Amino acid sequence: MTKAFLSGNDAFAEGVRLACPQVISIYPITPQTTVVERISEMVEDSSLKSELIHVESEHSALSCAIGASAMGARTFTATSSQGLLYMAECLQYASGGRFPIVMMNANRSTALPWNIYGDQRDSLSQLDCGWIQVYVEDAQESLDMALQSYHIAENPLVSTPVMVNLDGFVLTHTYETVEIPSQTDADRFLPPFQTENKMSLDNPKNLAFSVGPDNNMEFKYIQHKAMLDSRRVIEETDAKFAEIFGRSYGGLTQGYRIDDADYILITLGSITGLCREVVDELRERGEKVGLLKLRFIRPFPSDDLVAALESAKAIGVLEKDISFGYEGTVYTNVNSVIAKNGLRLETYNFIAGLGGRDISRENITTIFRHLQTGGQHVNFIGLGVTIDE
Amino acid sequence: MSKPYLRPYQKPQKLSDYPLGTASEAGYLVTKNSGWRNERPIITDACINCLQCYLYCPDGVIFKTEHGLDIDYDFCKGCGICEKICPKQAIKMEVE
Repeated sequence: MTKAFLSGNDAFAEGVRLACPQVISIYPITPQTTVVERISEMVEDSSLKSELIHVESEHSALSCAIGASAMGARTFTATSSQGLLYMAECLQYASGGRFPIVMMNANRSTALPWNIYGDQRDSLSQLDCGWIQVYVEDAQESLDMALQSYHIAENPLVSTPVMVNLDGFVLTHTYETVEIPSQTDADRFLPPFQTENKMSLDNPKNLAFSVGPDNNMEFKYIQHKAMLDSRRVIEETDAKFAEIFGRSYGGLTQGYRIDDADYILITLGSITGLCREVVDELRERGEKVGLLKLRFIRPFPSDDLVAALESAKAIGVLEKDISFGYEGTVYTNVNSVIAKNGLRLETYNFIAGLGGRDISRENITTIFRHLQTGGQHVNFIGLGVTIDE
Repeated sequence: MSKPYLRPYQKPQKLSDYPLGTASEAGYLVTKNSGWRNERPIITDACINCLQCYLYCPDGVIFKTEHGLDIDYDFCKGCGICEKICPKQAIKMEVE
């Protein structure tokens, strides 16, 4: 194990190096670019023995990863924002084909207006594409989830691609001290990729065939079941990771001071760190507040949410997303669990950080105040002007 | 040319009968098109075995037998091109 001062992207690249994918297909886009630059350097200096393919677009980047995965290769690609949207067609080919590709997505706003800064509207718009989606908080978790994601995706019960989301700039370009595991430990954690879902000269198969109305629904049900089953695999993976590396992330969610909390804020991604600090400040004043970090949103951690929220009085969902004409998508998902399980608590949505707008300590304090006093259900935090009524 | 051999296909009974993803041994035709048809072509005794229908059938469902020609009704879509092309009006379209 060594320590290094790395950005979120650098750390992710180190995780990819430890996972040793045989094929990496890349097309650069801000703020993902530095991860593919680091990986290119690793391949150039032979510290990563991988076939690196520079392609002409994101659509090709994922298509290439699908092709390589269909040969039984461990594959990696990375994208962001418009790039993710450009590969939208291939996302469903990868998940329907059950190819366990791991992709890093640098969360970034989508056009128009054109913007390169961070929000989560790119990946959240693709919730239904059949990929496992994980949101990481810091550079260490980025590296660790690069490794864990292969372990989850390649499990035969899962066989589903994983998208690891890093908040653009605030995480992808922020430097922190990161522990880099040894290759020996990484190999002990992550076995070589083996699958029957591949082309083979000895056992020739049709790949990517069509399935009509007679059987199509069964294929989709099986895909859904694999995603549900992945919840257990995610928890087992986290436990195995903790055993070898001594770090645990709690599986699908991670609670902070929630045991006796009346007011709980749900977060995803890098904003969690600052929210944790605000929780500490308010706790010092005797306020019963807590935090629940949503690490995975597909599969959705329904049971974890019920267990964490059932004794709260009010909860809030802070997200860098708006589904225009309704509310934040994460909020919709959380409310569905609360309604199905008959939890009696107030819920509020806080839309913040769109297009890279800063989310301040004061904003988060205001959010907890809102949970305590009640008010409007869907709130835009940090608008720079008053709303014309 | 005779009709190509099709492997018998068993519809899966349980989820585990389905392959992982879309990868499976090739050579199975699992979907039939007979439901698309409103009328079916019937080859009558007036047939002189000129093979025009065999050549023009867009789905290749007319095939040679020991006694003449026959039609694979599992995949005939009932387009009626065989009836139009037949120089002896030996093919009649019958409502399903």
